[in-house]
Amino acid sequence: MSTTEDVATEQEEEVETDAVREAIAGAFAEHLGDGLLDQHIVPGRDLTIRVDAGSWVSAARFARDRLGMTWFDFVAGIDWLPSPFGREMEAEQDWVVHGRDEQETEEMSTGVAGGDSRFQAFMRLHSTEEHIGVTIKTDLANDAPAIDTLIAVYPGANWHERELSEMFGVDVVGHPDLRALYLPTDFEGNPLRKDFPLVARRVKPWPGIVDVEGMPEEEEAADESAEAAPATGDSTQGASTEGASTEGASTEGASTEGVSTEGASTEGESAEGESAE
Amino acid sequence: MSTETTTEVDINDIDEVDQLRYVAARAADARVNIELETEGMTLNIGPQHPATHGTLRIVARLDGERVIQAEPIMGYMHRGYEKLTEVRTYPQVTTLINRIDWVGSFANEVPFILASEELMGVEAPPRAQYIRTALFEMGRIANIMLFLGDMPVQLGGVTPLFYAMRDREFVLNQIESATGGRFHPNFNRIGGVKDDLPAGWIKETKSAMQRVRDFCDEMDDLVTGNEIFQSRCRGVGIIPADVGKAYGLSGANLRGSGVDWDLRRDQPSPLAWKDLDWKVWTHPDGDSFSRFWVRLQEVRESSLMVDQILDGLPAGPIMAKVPRIIKVPAGESYVQTENPLGVMGYYVISKGELTPFRVKIRTASFSNMSITPWLLEGVYVPDIATILASLYFILGDIDR
Repeated sequence: MSTTEDVATEQEEEVETDAVREAIAGAFAEHLGDGLLDQHIVPGRDLTIRVDAGSWVSAARFARDRLGMTWFDFVAGIDWLPSPFGREMEAEQDWVVHGRDEQETEEMSTGVAGGDSRFQAFMRLHSTEEHIGVTIKTDLANDAPAIDTLIAVYPGANWHERELSEMFGVDVVGHPDLRALYLPTDFEGNPLRKDFPLVARRVKPWPGIVDVEGMPEEEEAADESAEAAPATGDSTQGASTEGASTEGASTEGASTEGVSTEGASTEGESAEGESAE
Repeated sequence: MSTETTTEVDINDIDEVDQLRYVAARAADARVNIELETEGMTLNIGPQHPATHGTLRIVARLDGERVIQAEPIMGYMHRGYEKLTEVRTYPQVTTLINRIDWVGSFANEVPFILASEELMGVEAPPRAQYIRTALFEMGRIANIMLFLGDMPVQLGGVTPLFYAMRDREFVLNQIESATGGRFHPNFNRIGGVKDDLPAGWIKETKSAMQRVRDFCDEMDDLVTGNEIFQSRCRGVGIIPADVGKAYGLSGANLRGSGVDWDLRRDQPSPLAWKDLDWKVWTHPDGDSFSRFWVRLQEVRESSLMVDQILDGLPAGPIMAKVPRIIKVPAGESYVQTENPLGVMGYYVISKGELTPFRVKIRTASFSNMSITPWLLEGVYVPDIATILASLYFILGDIDR
């Protein structure tokens, strides 16, 4: 397999590089057997594979020892739950101005290389010699998600896994020191879960709302091409004028379900501080 | 620095987690060096120590002058950008992510914009890519010049900082006159850049780049050749290449350990690096001195790169055609670039809406700092400042 790689990196052609990624995916398939659930290749760009939770560590070890992916990039999580909060223009302040689209609750869908569960963990490994990287995903149980630690393979996973644990509520089995990395020790909730509301977002209008002419659906058809270039700047500029009409900061937004007010207000403060910048 | 002596605490007054930490701290403190009959001590560095570039805190347990365990404690500046990106439109996200590494802000924007462009199938025109690359490299120069001035300060030499600040100002002025922001340019747009370069900018920038090179020569005389500086840095904080890779170190921290790896050269990128004639600098030693030396070379190299970019600046538009309201098609894209602090990447997951569904932000300093518990074990107290300074991190880049 290594010979295929060598040839390909020398020639640097898109088709050849693609072959490299297919060879890597093939090597994973051979090593993991049924452990490899799915794979996704963007020719010349990227490779994503999905393994079952039991093959998580062995996939990493195989990538490090056999594929030369000795550089550890990151471990992180994804929550695929369609968010009941904070998507599109859903703050109540915005409904007043724009009305509200009654949106169907979306079906949960997962990204490339598929998935069967709400939570996924993914890691990124890279080879500094072959200049090729792989994203390895795995499904986690919906209730009480847990995953094995990678520290034995890549010691750098330590902090990333602490972050994964506090942000998504994932139990990292075998981690020696699973304390909160960023959050205060008494913080309740897992902020990056989609059902954790960003309260500041709920009670404040969408940043830049005063500059928005209409809803995207109306706009999109009208000026697809005309003056496209300068227009893209507008919405960003508008961000500085946010908070112009915060008077009705409704308390309803704050009383969101299932989250301690303490945790929520901390999040809110940080977001406000942000917009003040 | 302040010392924290362990006082008697009623263990029933604190909760379980803290109880365990308290017991662990007491055990470490009570560790006695039997030969010398020394007693352990806990040294609390920060959250405001100047060596930490922000509000990082390091709790070091000492045996005499030697560190037996060091633990960075962060989160004082955690701003939750990954969550906030989920409630911002794509063009608004660049305003946020400017604040991650606030000294090299322009470079923060680029990988996110590239990831979004990749999902949209948009590519910025060549002139925009050249302007991006020039500002990217100028951001790198401004960023690393701060390091070049700061590291000698940690070792007791104050003068280089003033030289660095003086000459850095010329670079910042050029960034400001092109983008409107000294620190937070917010200049990238999906499909290009906000404005074209102002009149006379190229000539002024070239003279600023000349100043940067003069500054590098000055630093060579003043710092790298300095005997005290060398004796404080050489052999201190050695990171073997394989350990560095396993911890995800990147940038000059890894090149200082002899790993010849630079994403500007080693991955296909729409930016202009592939058209330039330049060199990746490495140093085999892996100690604090080599990290300083590599960064010094990189600043000089970057100034030469900016010169080449300005000479070869293509004519043409600075924006590709993009819809008025940016909606990014569903998909996933991971783009990383070689930022001033190391490899920065954005894993953007889109579901075809106005806002990203999830953005995982991979920052360089986070991984660069994760090696500190390993690296600080066994070093002497004065070397803590040397090692932290040589790793060069920006707190916003750790805490996000």
